[in-house]
Amino acid sequence: MQKEIAGDAPSAPTTRVRHRKRNSDVGAGAGKPNGNHLLVNDSKKYKSFLIRAYSTFWMIGGFALIVYLGHLYITAMVVVIQIFMARELFNLLRKTHEDKQLPGFRLLNWHFFFTAMLFVYGRILSQRLVNTVTPDKVLYRLVTSLIKYHMAICYSLYISGFVWFILTLKKKMYKYQFSQYAWTHMILIVVFTQSSFTVANIFEGIFWFLLPASLIVINDIFAYICGFFFGRTPLIKLSPKKTWEGFIGASITTVISAFLLANIMGRFLWLTCPREDLSTGWLLCDPGPLFKQETHALPGWISDWLPWKEISILPVQWHALCLGLFASIIAPFGGFFASGFKRAFKIKDFGDSIPGHGGITDRMDCQMVMAVFAYIYHQSFVVPEVLSVDKLLDQIITSLTLEEQQALLVKLGQMLQEKVIGS
Amino acid sequence: MAMEKDLSPNSPRIRKLRDTSYPTTPTSRMNTNNQRDNHYPNIPNSPRDYNYTPSSPTARIRHRRRSSENLAEVNRSNVSRVSNLLLGDKNKYRSMWIRTCSSLWMLGGVVFIIYMGHLYIWAMVVVIQIFMAKELFFLRRRAHEERRLPGFWLLNWHFFFTAMLFVYGRIIQQQLVNTVSSDRFIYKLVSGLIKYQMVICYFLYIAGLIWFILTLKNKMYKYQFGQYAWTHMILIVVFTQSSFTVANIFEGIFWFLLPAALIAMNDVAAYFFGFYFGKTPLIKLSPKKTWEGFIGASVATIISAFIFANVLGQFQWLTCPRKDLSTGWLHCDPGPLFRPEYYPFPSWITPFSPWKGISTLPVQWHAFSLGLFASIMAPFGGFFASGFKRAFKIKDFGDSIPGHGGFTDRMDCQMVMAVFAYIYIQSFIVNRDYSVEMILDQISRSLGHEEQKMLYEKLGDILQHKLQGRF
Repeated sequence: MQKEIAGDAPSAPTTRVRHRKRNSDVGAGAGKPNGNHLLVNDSKKYKSFLIRAYSTFWMIGGFALIVYLGHLYITAMVVVIQIFMARELFNLLRKTHEDKQLPGFRLLNWHFFFTAMLFVYGRILSQRLVNTVTPDKVLYRLVTSLIKYHMAICYSLYISGFVWFILTLKKKMYKYQFSQYAWTHMILIVVFTQSSFTVANIFEGIFWFLLPASLIVINDIFAYICGFFFGRTPLIKLSPKKTWEGFIGASITTVISAFLLANIMGRFLWLTCPREDLSTGWLLCDPGPLFKQETHALPGWISDWLPWKEISILPVQWHALCLGLFASIIAPFGGFFASGFKRAFKIKDFGDSIPGHGGITDRMDCQMVMAVFAYIYHQSFVVPEVLSVDKLLDQIITSLTLEEQQALLVKLGQMLQEKVIGS
Repeated sequence: MAMEKDLSPNSPRIRKLRDTSYPTTPTSRMNTNNQRDNHYPNIPNSPRDYNYTPSSPTARIRHRRRSSENLAEVNRSNVSRVSNLLLGDKNKYRSMWIRTCSSLWMLGGVVFIIYMGHLYIWAMVVVIQIFMAKELFFLRRRAHEERRLPGFWLLNWHFFFTAMLFVYGRIIQQQLVNTVSSDRFIYKLVSGLIKYQMVICYFLYIAGLIWFILTLKNKMYKYQFGQYAWTHMILIVVFTQSSFTVANIFEGIFWFLLPAALIAMNDVAAYFFGFYFGKTPLIKLSPKKTWEGFIGASVATIISAFIFANVLGQFQWLTCPRKDLSTGWLHCDPGPLFRPEYYPFPSWITPFSPWKGISTLPVQWHAFSLGLFASIMAPFGGFFASGFKRAFKIKDFGDSIPGHGGFTDRMDCQMVMAVFAYIYIQSFIVNRDYSVEMILDQISRSLGHEEQKMLYEKLGDILQHKLQGRF
């Protein structure tokens, strides 16, 4: 589309009018690059730029406050964001005409939402919940039995929703109802996978939630700025506003800032300590080998130029490099997916909750891909590095009761014996 | 479709009408062609009129066909009126014979595979799964769009492969640890694969996502996104139930065989009860089902659940769990659920019956609840599939099995049952301590063999000190 604007002007008046309207459409959108003149010179851009910047600052401010408040509040924020996202997405493909003939069908969506929330958060927070409740009281037995039958409870809720759906199938509306059912499932899977992984990350340490999220934000902002100043070649047909210059500039900036941000964030115990229960007080812990500073002497030819003889690096910064690399190269595909989706179903934005940005799903599309990756990376590469015999022993002694510890010992013995016999 | 057929001048229907339209008086026309309907006065006189007024003869023919279809529907749905006809109808007997034949073949095959063992059953489940996925993938594909998107169907199979790696990797994770320990290199390779299984599957999935985004073609977006969502739904449906089925198998073939047999029993009993006694229709979605069939089948299923559990629970081959991937015979202590308990009859019954008491396995009470679910809830899987076929106007999911339709037609109730059986077993039968399992999982994943031994020794010391400290 850029090439058309930059290229030959069409001759007929109607096409010229359409051409000019497309041009001014370009002007109304924010940050669309032009082959001939740079965006910087367009005054209308600045107004939308200001709106975007304003709402960005508000979001960042609110976010920082919640991070200060603690793990539970961040989880609550994630849940609220999730509810809004689900509502936006549920409303998207609904057709009001058919909906009038099916009263109570919307309630089914929220029933499945509630079931999914119970299932997902039950699994993630079960261990923390057990640690919060003291073993002597009645509440403990209630909680442990809830956890034991957790899967059965969620399954019965799901089956009752399923049966409800079948019993409300109305003749001539079958296709609409089945599509809505499938759509509900897809939305819930997308929304809950990423939010459950986000919450799991939070309880491992706010660092593992904050770092990926800020990398995505930095990537977005610098892609915008670099595209604003240098953007020329379009990146992909799906999102005409993105450019190669913006992409590469943002990648480099993201990787560098990942390295620096990890250093800064890694110094705060509040961010690096895992939360073992559902309390809200201050945290004191031994942060682990990843966050202990190591000093590396700089090689001779650099130390001649700079006043520092050596630099101190936290080992976690190398992990942050990987996160930064992913955030700049692969996470934008989440944005492309959302753009393609909007194009396929001819919608402009997912919602309009945030001025200048569209709906919440528009903001969260790249975050979703990143949250899943951060969780998987953490579980696969960080935890095995960090987990030692002593740490596991501590965990066993603090979180299991005496009977459970003995059961664990017996099972571990069995496991080891089988291995020995097998080899 | 009716119009196309009827408008072509050489079709037999048109020729027949043309032949019979030569007599001009309405009465003679009615006499010659007893298929005519009295309600349509403007009967064409010549073939030219067919092109001129295409609506009336075709509308009449459509009406005739629709009314005959209606009649068939009424026949089918109101079984009472034709129940005597059903018994005497040759066509029905032929289709029942075909169904019985293929059912017997399937039954024979399943029995053979169960005799072979856990691994072979697993292989059978995987094969069934591949066929089901193929059927479902083909369903919503539209040939016209497919031609413009070469290689798009490959994406489906990529996601299928990723899902298979993910789901079965988790199951193998527990079993394989105990099996492969002889060859050092293979052990390292396999344990490395298992350790990074999540990462590998995630990157495969992301690669598929990126491939999807890069192949998005202008003007085909909606079709491609629709296919993408459809692929995900299929894979979720197919893999959830098959992974739970396989997990059940490794708990003991009993826990796979009993639910599957109950569903088959329910189907067969519902068919026969409906055949002989069916009167009141059950649900609009499946007009062939009747309340009599439903209730009769429920009673039959629950009773047979009780009896099957007793019969099946006597074999160690079926009740022992399999801890590794070997294929040999199993010997184990089957556990308290499979030890017979003897209940003597109270004194007022003993004069009437030759038995002094009855010995039941405790597992029969669990089988009771499985039977209850199989008869009441599992048919909803069938209703869902019927509603789905109606919504998208397809008759069967495929045609792999003669007389039954495709694999998905057979497996629709089984899917709901497999999931329920798994959850029931995990919640009520197996004593599972979640926190202990989690930590054991972490230990086996993150620590090496030496470190595990160290942990074992240290933990043993600590516990011993604690116990000594108490006394």
